[in-house]
Amino acid sequence: MATFVDRFPFEAKVVRVAFALSFLFLGLGGIGGMIQVLHRTGYLRFVEEITGGTYYTVLTSHGVFLVVFFTIFFLVGVFTWAITKDLDRELGNPGLTKYWITSMTVGALLTSIAILAGFTNELPALGEVSADVLFTFYSPMGAHVLFYLGLALFVTGSWVAGFDWFKTWWGWKKDNPDKRIPLMTFMVLTTMLMWYLGTLGVAVEVVFFLIPWSLGLVSEVNPLLTRTLFWFFGHMVVYFWLMPAYMMWYKIMPKLAGGRLFSDPLARVVFVLFLILSVPVGIHHQYLDPGIPEGFKFVAMTNTMFLLLPSLLTAFTVVASVEHGARQRGGKGYFGWLRALPWGRPAFSGMALAGIMFAAGGFSGMINAGMNINYLVHNSFWVPGHFHLTVGTAVALTFMAATYWLLPQLTGKPLAGVKAAAVQPYLWFIGMTFMSNAMHRGGLLGIPRRTSEPQYEQFDYEPVFGSVAELDFQIVIGGALLVASLALFFYSIILTWFGSKVSADGGEGEVIDDEIPPALSGPENAPRVLDNLKLWVGIAILLIVLAYALPFADIASDGIYEGSEYIPVMIEVLT
Amino acid sequence: MEIHKYEKAWLVGALVLIFFFIGTIAYVSAVVGVDMVDDSGGALDVDEVSEDERFADPRVEQVGEDEYEVYMIAQQFIFRPGTHDTVDVPENSEVTFYVTSIDVIHGFQLVGTNVNTMVIPGQVAEITVEFDEPGEHGIICNEYCGDAHADMEGLLVVHPEDEWEEMQGGDG
Repeated sequence: MATFVDRFPFEAKVVRVAFALSFLFLGLGGIGGMIQVLHRTGYLRFVEEITGGTYYTVLTSHGVFLVVFFTIFFLVGVFTWAITKDLDRELGNPGLTKYWITSMTVGALLTSIAILAGFTNELPALGEVSADVLFTFYSPMGAHVLFYLGLALFVTGSWVAGFDWFKTWWGWKKDNPDKRIPLMTFMVLTTMLMWYLGTLGVAVEVVFFLIPWSLGLVSEVNPLLTRTLFWFFGHMVVYFWLMPAYMMWYKIMPKLAGGRLFSDPLARVVFVLFLILSVPVGIHHQYLDPGIPEGFKFVAMTNTMFLLLPSLLTAFTVVASVEHGARQRGGKGYFGWLRALPWGRPAFSGMALAGIMFAAGGFSGMINAGMNINYLVHNSFWVPGHFHLTVGTAVALTFMAATYWLLPQLTGKPLAGVKAAAVQPYLWFIGMTFMSNAMHRGGLLGIPRRTSEPQYEQFDYEPVFGSVAELDFQIVIGGALLVASLALFFYSIILTWFGSKVSADGGEGEVIDDEIPPALSGPENAPRVLDNLKLWVGIAILLIVLAYALPFADIASDGIYEGSEYIPVMIEVLT
Repeated sequence: MEIHKYEKAWLVGALVLIFFFIGTIAYVSAVVGVDMVDDSGGALDVDEVSEDERFADPRVEQVGEDEYEVYMIAQQFIFRPGTHDTVDVPENSEVTFYVTSIDVIHGFQLVGTNVNTMVIPGQVAEITVEFDEPGEHGIICNEYCGDAHADMEGLLVVHPEDEWEEMQGGDG
């Protein structure tokens, strides 16, 4: 039976290239995580903090490689697969496709070079190069211009990718004038519209401020203005990581459970809500910023709370769909059906465990969103505890799980290393339970984020129970399990990638499974207005203007190109 | 649009939860009074911090019977005052901190409390705290500010009243 790679060889290749890049950065970012964990043991310290600063080179690579390159390369791969499969149609413009994948690759490479140069602080021909600015690259701390240029190429490449998918849909629409937008296509298009709106902030920040400033073309920038532009983008991006995972929870997980999606209309409502609400909330990352009046913070808080709605709806629909699947497989009872699920199949177990972790991450997120209680946890170790549950598990584990199901379709080869793959999601789940528990608790003690470990001299941390050493120990155990889990993932994926093909008649090995059944309640039950993308973009823009026009005007009144000079991250070597 | 009755119930429940969250915060802000860090500290020119009368001489200043103001500069990688000399205040006092930065973005937090603010160049963070009990509080920078960020700390001492009297007496 012909699967994706046989029917769409070019698109399959594009997805494979995107996945290969994604996994390369997953591996490199994982090494960054491993170095930090070993550092906490106190015995295996490869990087210096305080004296040499290379700890921050590692931390920058861990953050940027994982949350920018791993996630977004995977996204462009899986969205290419989704559009092609859903519309049963080729992308149709190979030149365009090659352009965006090249632009993103070159961009990722330039940024990576700038970051990794931080180990020596210089590069041949370029002289001093460093970009230890972390994923939150706020001015006035400046990275080398290569760092920003690479990000610009990467993001503009992703814009063109979105255009490529829109073009494919426009072509399909011409041939199918009266049909509803198929669900996966709807998810891809709304996610990209959200991305276009939200990346405007970071694009303006990088192109009009940070690049000219790092080249010395302008001498000063307003730090609060560039920071606000960053967060205009900075919360939307978390949904950009999450939307491909949601797409797979809606479309693939119910099927793996033995059933089908419960409700197509509700899934559309959820994606529309993310499109209109995910940008006008960014100021909730700035609850503690001086220079921003309290009223603007209150508006962002209200929008943020409404953003809980699509995730709460998703929890219902996905659990209902999975339960339906379990009952199709003979599951019985109020909770007995849970036993009927295919827990030994990593594509399912990975997504299900990721979903459970996301519930926990959602609860710590609700706490972060409360603008008064946020004062207790802001910039504490609690925050990485939160996002290791969300992007670090809900997103990352779902992507790994989906790979077990997608890779055979993209290569024509059955999944290899099946036993390793079956264990992998559980190791990740247990490892992250230890790690994020310790991080959350450490944050409540007042341990800050962005340090290798607390090592202050003037005071001590006094936990109500346990000890700081015990928290470090949990992080080390958790980290070890996560590294083991990552190794098993790579073992299975590499074995599959270089394995042998299923023979054309499907006689050898298993037939590649790529069916996705339609939803129980289909698009015919969804009001047509849901497919009116122009309307939703209009509402999204309106909400953005309401949430951001006054804050930007207020902040810009202090001066746009006035404020702080460029302060390089490198420390002067004292002799 | 067809919505299953359980799904409807869930939807209503979710909305109730959201309005409850917003309602509690709105109540606390409007009635109880939440003192958020905002624009009340004002803006200033980064290059002219040393000429600003508040920050030319960073210090603790008594402004009322039990009221004090602390003018503090955060910079790579110290708090002035705080790092080389402690910030001293008496118990049962109301202290307003004014914190600004002369280089990059920093954080200012009293460890393990919700006394926490960003410190952004060009802006003055204002935060008021009531100290009811004597004790020591670590001050840390919780926003990455460069290589030695993890070393940026200070100490605030809340002195018992008799000890404070003695210190004041010693000065006079």
